[in-house]
Amino acid sequence: MNTEKNIKTLIVKKPLKLDCGKTINDFPIAYETYGSLNSKKDNAILVFHALTGDQFVTGINPATNKEGWWSYAVGPDKAIDTNKYFVICSNVIGGCMGSYGPSHKDPNQKIFGTNFPVITINDMVNAQYNLLDHFGIDKLFSITGGSMGGMQVLQFISNFPDKAKTVIPIATTSSHSAQNIAFNELGRQAITADSNWKDGNYTSNETNPGKGLAVARMAAHITYLSKKGLQEKFGRKLQEREDLKFGFDADFQIESYLRYQGSVFVDRFDANSYLYITRAMDYFDLAKQFNGNLSEAFKNTNAKFFIISFTSDWLYPTQENKDIVIALNSIGADVGFVEIESDKGHDSFLLDVPDFLSALKNFLDKSYEEN
Amino acid sequence: MKNEFQVIADLIEKDKKVLDVGCADGTLMKFLKDNKNINIRGLEISKERVQECIAKGLTVIEGNAEKDLKQFPDKSFDYVILSQTLQAFLNPELVLDELLRVGKKAIVTIPNFGYWKVRFHLLFKGTMPITKTLPDEWYNTPNLHMCTIKDFFHFVKSKDIKIFKSLALNNLNKSTINESNLGVKNLFADLGIFLIEK
Repeated sequence: MNTEKNIKTLIVKKPLKLDCGKTINDFPIAYETYGSLNSKKDNAILVFHALTGDQFVTGINPATNKEGWWSYAVGPDKAIDTNKYFVICSNVIGGCMGSYGPSHKDPNQKIFGTNFPVITINDMVNAQYNLLDHFGIDKLFSITGGSMGGMQVLQFISNFPDKAKTVIPIATTSSHSAQNIAFNELGRQAITADSNWKDGNYTSNETNPGKGLAVARMAAHITYLSKKGLQEKFGRKLQEREDLKFGFDADFQIESYLRYQGSVFVDRFDANSYLYITRAMDYFDLAKQFNGNLSEAFKNTNAKFFIISFTSDWLYPTQENKDIVIALNSIGADVGFVEIESDKGHDSFLLDVPDFLSALKNFLDKSYEEN
Repeated sequence: MKNEFQVIADLIEKDKKVLDVGCADGTLMKFLKDNKNINIRGLEISKERVQECIAKGLTVIEGNAEKDLKQFPDKSFDYVILSQTLQAFLNPELVLDELLRVGKKAIVTIPNFGYWKVRFHLLFKGTMPITKTLPDEWYNTPNLHMCTIKDFFHFVKSKDIKIFKSLALNNLNKSTINESNLGVKNLFADLGIFLIEK
């Protein structure tokens, strides 16, 4: 992960009080931008990434040499058209692509590991808010993101109700469910059960808890796909063999696929960051911040909301997205909602799903025309 | 735009907040937004129609009026529109109650099963009527609870719903319905338009 020279960083001088009670200051936020900010500074879109994403939204990610995580949606003439809009995305704090996180050093030059403060979705968006000052943007044209990115969208507009004109949470929830927490805990247990984890005090790439992290990724990856999608893509197809081998090697293509997903993930992601970010997701409960009334989270904003879910997403199902719509409607907010037909599961928002991409583009472009 | 929509639009003053239930491709919504500065929302069950609304820059919620109207607070819209859909619900009475709870006023339009062409069709052909406002065959029609203008008129009266305006539409001819001409209008109008309040 030696890509420091490709990473743009903002050092935040202003102290940030975290939900855990600790305060951080002089901390880095790594960000990337696409397109250009116009003279009125009214064309900026802040994109929030999901659990394993980073600031490299589109184009070639310099760390992985692969396409950015939202290349289908963001770029010239795409749904989020970078010929028109200025797209900003930053790595969340707690992450591992340059923003302040557990792989950074503490003031005594010792790597934080699990001594890094536990962070929340609220802390993440409060940290990212500094980017508005940095770019001199008074009001964003839009904020958007899927999955954990959607959670940040909801928290951002709740914290800063007059800082975005349009708000697009995608395939997300206002509160992590027991099932969501359970899957995240499975991943964390896989990491901490790896003897190389050493209570988070692993230091070099050779001794990192790669096996645990790979298992965490494999388990999570299943939750991003639908049963139908998996069945259609893999079925019971065998991996480069004519017949079963009566052993524990990867007989089935799905096994081989998951192992591959696990192994490539380990190369680009830090195990401690995985613990921290999944914890932040589990702690997310926006209604609880407002005594159980989700509508209260949005009562001070005039922003125009557009909420999108996917039929085959069982991780953040349509009903959880609709709960946000209901909370907004009950206070008369301007909210649109569409459920996109797709058999690609939770991952639909990252993939080439034409109905999704055209809805996103139409909503943004029509809203911008009315600007 | 359909003559029906023009009549509905004429019933609504400028700058109001309006919900169009079963808004289809958003034609009426767009007209109200562009010409009367209406703060307009739509509720639509078809994913394709929802996409068409989004492409027009309209705020629409994909949903089912029988389940999804309950999320809107009492009297949160000046007008709620329901165009030619009441007969397609499993429980039209419940939907009507919800329209009148959510809207200060409701505009409901009814394809009239008492229209003379409908009656003639059944009387002389002996098959289920097919007309301009009832274009589907019996086996694929979405209409579950057909009614006549007279039925609807009596129904709302029996529920103590106030009728502000009741209009009969026959092609381009618009006329007012009242107690004394109800029988005639029920024969010669293919569409009834009611502005009601509870």
